[in-house]
This record gives sequence, structure tokens and C-alpha cells, in this order.
Amino acid sequence: MVSEKIKHLALQRIPWSAAIILAAVGLLLLTFPFLFTRPFPQHLMIMIFLFAMLGQAWNIVGGYAGQVSLGHAVFFGMGAYTSTVLVSRWGVNPWLGMLVGAVVAVAASIIIGYPCFKLTGPYFVIATIAAGEIVQILFINWEWVGGARGLFVPLLEESLPNFQFHSTKVPYYYIALAMLVLSILVVRWIERSRLGYYLRAIKEDIDAARGLGIDATKYKLIAMAISALLTALGGTFYAQYVLYIDPASVLPLSLSIQVCLIAILGGVATLWGPLIGALILIPMAEFTRVYLGGGGRALHLVVYGALVVLVAVFQPGGLMALVKGLKLPRLAPIGGESKPSPSRIYESTDHETRG
Amino acid sequence: MTPQALLLAQTVVSGLLVGLMFSLIAVGLALIYGVMGLVNFAHGDLLMLSMYAAFWLHKLFSLDPLLSLPLCTLLLFLLGITIYRLVVKRILDAPKISQIFATFGLVVFFRNLAHFLWSPDYRLIREPFLRGRLEVFGIYVSIPQLVASIGAVVASGFIYWFVMKTEIGRALRATAEDKEAAALMGINSDRMYALAWGMGAACVGVAGALLSNFYFVFPEVGAIFGLTALMIVVLGGLGSIPGAFTAGIIVGLVQVLGGYFIAPAFKMVVVFLIYLVIVILRPQGLFGKW
Repeated sequence: MVSEKIKHLALQRIPWSAAIILAAVGLLLLTFPFLFTRPFPQHLMIMIFLFAMLGQAWNIVGGYAGQVSLGHAVFFGMGAYTSTVLVSRWGVNPWLGMLVGAVVAVAASIIIGYPCFKLTGPYFVIATIAAGEIVQILFINWEWVGGARGLFVPLLEESLPNFQFHSTKVPYYYIALAMLVLSILVVRWIERSRLGYYLRAIKEDIDAARGLGIDATKYKLIAMAISALLTALGGTFYAQYVLYIDPASVLPLSLSIQVCLIAILGGVATLWGPLIGALILIPMAEFTRVYLGGGGRALHLVVYGALVVLVAVFQPGGLMALVKGLKLPRLAPIGGESKPSPSRIYESTDHETRG
Repeated sequence: MTPQALLLAQTVVSGLLVGLMFSLIAVGLALIYGVMGLVNFAHGDLLMLSMYAAFWLHKLFSLDPLLSLPLCTLLLFLLGITIYRLVVKRILDAPKISQIFATFGLVVFFRNLAHFLWSPDYRLIREPFLRGRLEVFGIYVSIPQLVASIGAVVASGFIYWFVMKTEIGRALRATAEDKEAAALMGINSDRMYALAWGMGAACVGVAGALLSNFYFVFPEVGAIFGLTALMIVVLGGLGSIPGAFTAGIIVGLVQVLGGYFIAPAFKMVVVFLIYLVIVILRPQGLFGKW
């Protein structure tokens, strides 16, 4: 069974041009830290990889399943906090902490997701915002995890098992790259698997999907869980990279928004969308930070916000759709009902066929 | 009255005043939602823009917020119509997800534009015409807040009267109920939608000018008001103006009392939890559709 699946994936015919470009880009990425040895370009790439990965994770539930979540910072924060608490209080290895953090985040995603998935469209969005804000407020007031003062990751000798490096960013670079590749593989697998088809069906027309016997809630929860897992991995990485976390850096609504923006601009429900989105947003962010100085000069987000509006209005498929030359007609929905239905906060009652 | 009872009464009064401000903001949002079924995530940020308008009019032209209120209202009215014409009109038939992204993109755009133009510094109008406080039976009431709340009641009342008792209001309601049937009766839905957006934005225009009398002005101020207004509209029942008004008062009371009984840090948690509970258990809210 498994070998059949692997054969199926491996024998996917890829056009030669794409393969060559992919190989060239891959080679560039692998040798990047040796071509650009200063820390800033490396930091830039690390942030791009991290946010691209978060965007990929978000895309699973937000893009493919069509459940726009503005609360993903919760999972990021839980990953970061779990591993940091474990390593700072009990000396638990951060890699192990990363796995525990992922489990915690998955549990949280089910607890949050199960009630919230009864809601549709904007009501789900508001609910995820509410959930995210609740978690952030709780963490700010929770002394055991450091409250508003945050937590420091204890400084250890730099090594891979310790998941800390002080003299160079290069190992962080490769770890982030590996995580990004992992997320791309996961999304690619989902895209072509039965789960992917179920999610797309749920996104297009949930009632029709249910009519076909798809347990929509179950698959939405699965998508959310996978998404939360990957996001939490990113959280732990961030904690080990910056070596300090607090609610304002790992749990804020603005983080959830940025993750969402990246996927939207790049192209929801596409494999490379989040990467493109991150490639645009992160350098913009870093350069405005460098040239316009400090916080508050959020010009990159002004531009980004305007771009998102343009995308929503003219090309909902995002930049990927532009790249592919697809002009999705605005009247043909890529997902969801074509007429706003004001009376539906609540999903239609379950027609699901059990068993 | 015992000190305890007095403190409680004070809290209730405070909650009422806060709630009435929320009500006005929510009424504007409910109007937009009721007429076209679109959730305006940027509503709070329109409020923020109105507050900045009042602030700058005061700073640059020494115009007291009470006097600049009509101007702020007009500016926001025009802004609402502009947003409708430029953005919203084009996504009316788009999938829900695009609609969410569009207003959401506006949130990011406006909020960060304010960051960029005016810095994240907190601003406050010093020495407005309305200041000081009254004492009524041992309860202190801030005058600017009191006037703001009265203004909120008047403005909400006006909107309600306009929607329920005037010819144009009837046209709005007709468009809300059934766009095509209304069109058959000669009602131009495009104009109605623009009007709804204009009036909805004008509501926060009024609210912003009133709030600027006593509230800090900063780019993120729209975040919490907008989010709370979204919840209030859902709690009040889809697009119901009286529902939004009532729910606003309730949420104001819940927020302040929750802060009083549990802890001030958690006052928003109580509001969020109530939202989640109500929207999952009773999605139709308090009132149905108007």
C-alpha cells in the first residue's frame, strides 16, 4: 500500500523545465550561507523560511479547507512556550520539547476547532480571533510561564542536540530550510491525497460534501491539527533562534494576521503561494525596518494591505494565479457560495451519514 | 448606601456608558451587515480614522471635538461610500473568502497607514470643551463620557428612525430582504448599498468624534472596538439594529462587571467567552432580522 503510494508520487510526471529550475533553486538555497556569509542575509532567509512554513501550515486549513483562521498564533505560541518551559524548568531537550509542543498544539487545535467549526465564514474568523486573544491574555497573566515578562531559554553550549548556536546562524538556516521543505512535502501530499479532495469539496460546497457522506467536521479538524502541528514546530524553532519569548512576540493577533496575509497574497490553496508571499513580505518588512527605523514605521504592511485588497478584488487566486496565467473569473467561485447568505452563521444541520 | 453597593452601582453606570458607545459603533456595523450581508472587519479602523480626524482638527485648527463632530461624520460618510464604490462593489458576487480578505486587507491597510503617518504614539485631546465630572448620589460620572453616551443614544435613535420610518429607510430594508424584488420595484440596490456603507461609516464618524473627547487616539484603537462591535452585532442578531444596540449595552456591562468581579485583566476574556458560547449555542442572537 505504502510503496504503491510512493511509486505514485514518484512517477508524477514533472516537466523538464520545472525540474531544472527546481534543481537550480535548490542548489542555490543549499549553498546560500556560503555565498552570503554575513548574518543579515542569512537572518533574512531564515525568517523567509519560517514564515513561508507558517504560511504553508495555515494554507492547509485556511486555503485548502477554506476555514480562514486568524488565531494561528495560538499554536505558534504553544509550541514556543511548551519547549521553552520544558527546557528552562526541567532541562528537557528542546527537540523533545518541540515534539511535546506539537502535541500540545494539536490538542489545542481540537479543543478550539471542535466548537468553532460549527460556524461558517466570517463568524468562524471572529471566533478564531476571540480564541487567540483569550489565549494571549491568559498567558500575559500566567505567572508560571513568566507572564508579561516572558521566558528566557537558558544559554547552553552551542550544538545541534542543544538546538542553540551562538557563533553562527548557518545551522539555523539549514534547520529552517529543512522545516520548510517538510511543510511543502506535507502540503503536497495533502493536495494529492483523499484528504485534499475532501477538503476542497468542503470548501466548495459543504452541504454537497456532506450529502456525499463526507464527515466535514472530522476532516476540518484533521486539517486544523496538521496545520497546528507544523505551526508549533515553527514556534519552537523561533524560541530556540531568538532565545527569548513573551506573549507579545509569539501570541499576538498581528502574527496570526501576517501568517494569513502571506498565504493570501501568494495564493491560497496553492503549493508555492506561501513561499512567494513570504518572499515578498519578509524582505519588505526587514528593509523598512532597516531604512525607516524601528517599530511603528509599518510601511511594508500598508503596501501589503493594499496588495491584499487588490488580490481579493481582482485575483482571488493570489500571485500564483497570476504566475500561472490563470485568470479566474470573478463570478466563478474558487470556493464557497457565490451569493452571500446573511442568515447562515450556523452551518446547516448535520446530514452526515455515520458509518 | 454601603461602600460595596456604591462601588457596584458605580461599575454598573460605567458599564452602561461604555456599552452605549459600543452600541453606536455596532449599530453602524449592523446596518452594513443587515443591508448587504457583508461583515465589515474594517469597521473599528474607520472609527480610528474618525478619532484621528477629530484629533488633528483640534491640534491644527483648535477645533473642539464637539464642533468637529459634523465634519468627522461627513468625512466618514464619504469614506464609507468611497470604500463601497472602490472595493466592496466589486466583491459583492465573489466567494465569501474573497469578501473576508477584502475588508481584512482594508484593516491591515488602514491600521498600518495610521502607524506610518502618525506613529504609534498615544494621543489625547487636552482641554476639550467637555471635561470634568458630575457627582450624582455618590456616583461619579465623567462629563465627556456622559455626553458621548447621550450622543450615542441620539445617533442610534436617528438611524433607527431613518431605517424604520422614512421612505429611503424602507427602500434599504427592501433591498436587504430581497435585492431583486426591490429592483423590480424600482429601487437601485447599488445606491442603497452605498447609502448603507455611508451611514454605517457615519455612525463611527459620530462615535469617533465623541470618543476623542476622553479616549486615547492611537493606530490600534480600532482593533478592540472593531472586534467587540463584530461580536455585538452577532450577539444582537443578524443585522438587527435594536438588537445591536441592546447587545452593545449588555456587552459594556458584561465587560465592566466581569472586570470588577474577576479581574480587570480578564474583562475582554469574559466578553470573548460569552461571544463563543452564544454564537455556538444560539446563533440567531437576541433578535432576528429586522
